[in-house]
Amino acid sequence: MSLAFTFALYASAAVFICGIAWRVWGWARSPEPFRIPTTSGQQRSLAGIAPSRVESPSTGFGVVGRMCLEVFLFRSLFRNTAFVRGTAGSEVCPRPVFLERKALWLGAMALHWSLLVIVARHLRLFVDPVPRAVAALAAFDGFFEVGTPTWYATDAIVAVALGYLLARRLRDPLLRYLTLPADYMALAALMAVAGTGIVLRYVVRVDLVTVRAYALGLAAFAPVPLPGIGLWLALHLAAVSYLLAVLPFTKMVHAAGVWLSPTRNQANNSRRRRHVNPWNAPVAVHSYEAWRDQFRDKLLAAGLPVDETPHDGHSQG
Amino acid sequence: MAQQKPDPAQLAAVDFTPPRRGWRDLPVQFRKGTYNYATPRRHVEALGLPNPRDWQPHDADWNLPSDWKRIILDGMKERLERYRSFRLFMDICVRCGACADKCHFYLGSGDPRNTPVLRAELLRSVYRRYFTAAGRMFGPLAGARDLTEDVLKEWFYYFYQCTECRRCSVFCPYGIDTAEITMIGRELLSLVGCTIQWVVEPAANCYRTGNHLGIQPHGFKDSLEFAADELEELTGIRIDIPIDRKGAEVLLVVPSADYFGTPHYYTLLGYLMVLHEACVDYTFSAFASEGGNFGLFASHELMKRLNGKIYSEARRLGVKWILGGECGHMWRVIHQYMDTMNGPADFLEVPVSPVTGTRFDHAASTKMVHVCEFTADLIAHGKLSLDRSRNDHWNVTFHDSCNPARAMGLYEEPRLILRSVLNHFHEMAEDTIRERTLCCGSGAGLGTDENFEMRMRGGRPRAMAVHDVRTRHGTNCVACICAIDKATLPPLLEYWVPGVDVAGVHELVGNALVMTGERPRTTDLRGEPLGEGGGRA
Repeated sequence: MSLAFTFALYASAAVFICGIAWRVWGWARSPEPFRIPTTSGQQRSLAGIAPSRVESPSTGFGVVGRMCLEVFLFRSLFRNTAFVRGTAGSEVCPRPVFLERKALWLGAMALHWSLLVIVARHLRLFVDPVPRAVAALAAFDGFFEVGTPTWYATDAIVAVALGYLLARRLRDPLLRYLTLPADYMALAALMAVAGTGIVLRYVVRVDLVTVRAYALGLAAFAPVPLPGIGLWLALHLAAVSYLLAVLPFTKMVHAAGVWLSPTRNQANNSRRRRHVNPWNAPVAVHSYEAWRDQFRDKLLAAGLPVDETPHDGHSQG
Repeated sequence: MAQQKPDPAQLAAVDFTPPRRGWRDLPVQFRKGTYNYATPRRHVEALGLPNPRDWQPHDADWNLPSDWKRIILDGMKERLERYRSFRLFMDICVRCGACADKCHFYLGSGDPRNTPVLRAELLRSVYRRYFTAAGRMFGPLAGARDLTEDVLKEWFYYFYQCTECRRCSVFCPYGIDTAEITMIGRELLSLVGCTIQWVVEPAANCYRTGNHLGIQPHGFKDSLEFAADELEELTGIRIDIPIDRKGAEVLLVVPSADYFGTPHYYTLLGYLMVLHEACVDYTFSAFASEGGNFGLFASHELMKRLNGKIYSEARRLGVKWILGGECGHMWRVIHQYMDTMNGPADFLEVPVSPVTGTRFDHAASTKMVHVCEFTADLIAHGKLSLDRSRNDHWNVTFHDSCNPARAMGLYEEPRLILRSVLNHFHEMAEDTIRERTLCCGSGAGLGTDENFEMRMRGGRPRAMAVHDVRTRHGTNCVACICAIDKATLPPLLEYWVPGVDVAGVHELVGNALVMTGERPRTTDLRGEPLGEGGGRA
């Protein structure tokens, strides 16, 4: 039995790593022909006008700042507003109201940061001795010291966040309309992983010593059997294997993709420094010479100069 | 348009209830007032684009080429390999819905397919079906669907209900930019000959004559001379407007509406006054008589074909650098595409203001400066004498045009100018300006009469913000720096907020600018009396 899980975990981890690499390579293989950052702040132009160094970065440092804000703090989602729709019979042209709407940002932050902390906490199972930072993180996560075993804040947060993200999809008619089955599948996969994990820690109380021995074996590529695997641990490992294996091929791959987003990771310096398009090719243009010959009579009649000197006018491309 | 304008109250009652049926099998109805006419054969032929024919979107048979499906799928494959943006944006959306109520077309129509997320899903569903293993295997369950004629018609309807304004991309946690999606979607459509007249006809004109309006060189000269006469009447100063003058220091490129449209024209007068007063050695080009670029709204290739003449004329005329007028999408092309497409501009010099000596290092490679940057620099150095009171009949707010805002970051230069030339300036609500600015609803080639209802719907959020600032501060003028805004905000505001005019930033500069040797002014650039008694005070 545990052999099957060992195989599944190795296989899914391999699919995960290769899958992500394959996806990133696929994106990176397509060039960025143009410089198209979304400029959410003042450009760097005149000396007397303060540029927005992060929202409209003109330097590499600015881009790093913008990406860090985006990836770690979900800067753009933080801007989220909700347009207040007029009610029937209200004014034809009422004041446009955009309410601050931080719930989605909060839900997303809660989910992603909790997941990160939970994954980091699991390093206690895979690394010996336990790195001090990981132990400290776990201690911090269990800071409230409620219950036995100590309740981790992130376990509660991830459960609430997942519940919220599902509820908003079901509750809002527009979101329900645009949600794909795959969107529910992704939430279901995360819920399965988190749910079985929570049961393992707080309800069935899995034997951590044997699990740790098993995990250390996996990490050292010297797998050992896991005796008495139990239903919930089996479900947990199955859910984790599923999640790892499908992640690169679902929308969850945004975790890797966001780093490559050209509207965010390009500097707004396209007039300062030339951006080169690798597939730039000549196109058919209407040259000055052709234009001049076409309108020669009219140019002469209007007293406009007729330039007869030869040019390499259409050499661009 | 005039015959059947829908009642504003009717358009204001937006129904946000999603349809019962899923969008994947809900064919599009081409309802009058909500779509644009197709390009007639002759304009398609003039540019050598595919599948020229006379047809309309409401026709049952679109006369597609027999292998249209292969053309589209090959086109998708090619673009997936050429644009990281496209490939990535096909893969990483999580459908969180944060973009949904950021789109002015969704807010105005309540149509779920006008949310940025579903607009992109129109393409993504086909991408999954033909380019991903999951989509091939699981089909609809994986969010995939077959490419059919109905799907193509749906693309046409919704990719021409997006103004490429990029507001959603500010809010997307992954920076997914619907402008990229729409641009690629429109490119694919144009591969099988499905384009709109209001994009391709101006592009064909521009290719042939040098400008969108199809004005020939003598007409161009007449317009500029007329402007010189107007200015003489207004100020008593005769200015010379050079065209195709070799050896000038600066090439001035403006959108053609500036010399042929109203209220654009007053903006042109404003530039001419500033350039004269600052003694700038400049020239127009009769061939590069258009800075705007409707190619941007059709395909990257057409954009490049139209843009090429700016650098080639700069080279032919031997200027040192280029100055560009007030225009939104023109500046998207210049700021983010021109140097890459048609550079390097190594035959030009880094722009230096001949008046203040400021080196415009931010344009060191492209060598093209925005007229607002140029004028803001003059004002910051105290080089212009300005009499704000001559704008006292205007109570102004500033509409950030989408492209200079979200594709350039030009936020403070026009504000610096406005604060120097106005006594009455009030911003609209914070969440409707700067990077969160709301679109006019008519950009990207959608500003047609036949599309009137959709334009009014799309522009409504902007109009609501104008209405709000008018209520609070008595605003009677929206200033902007975009030729499409100047053409399409007046009918929008007349529809939703009657009594508010639209002006270019440089029109207001022109009003305030005290020129050396001018005679006392009695009217503004529009010929309306100045001061307490006159105008709209």
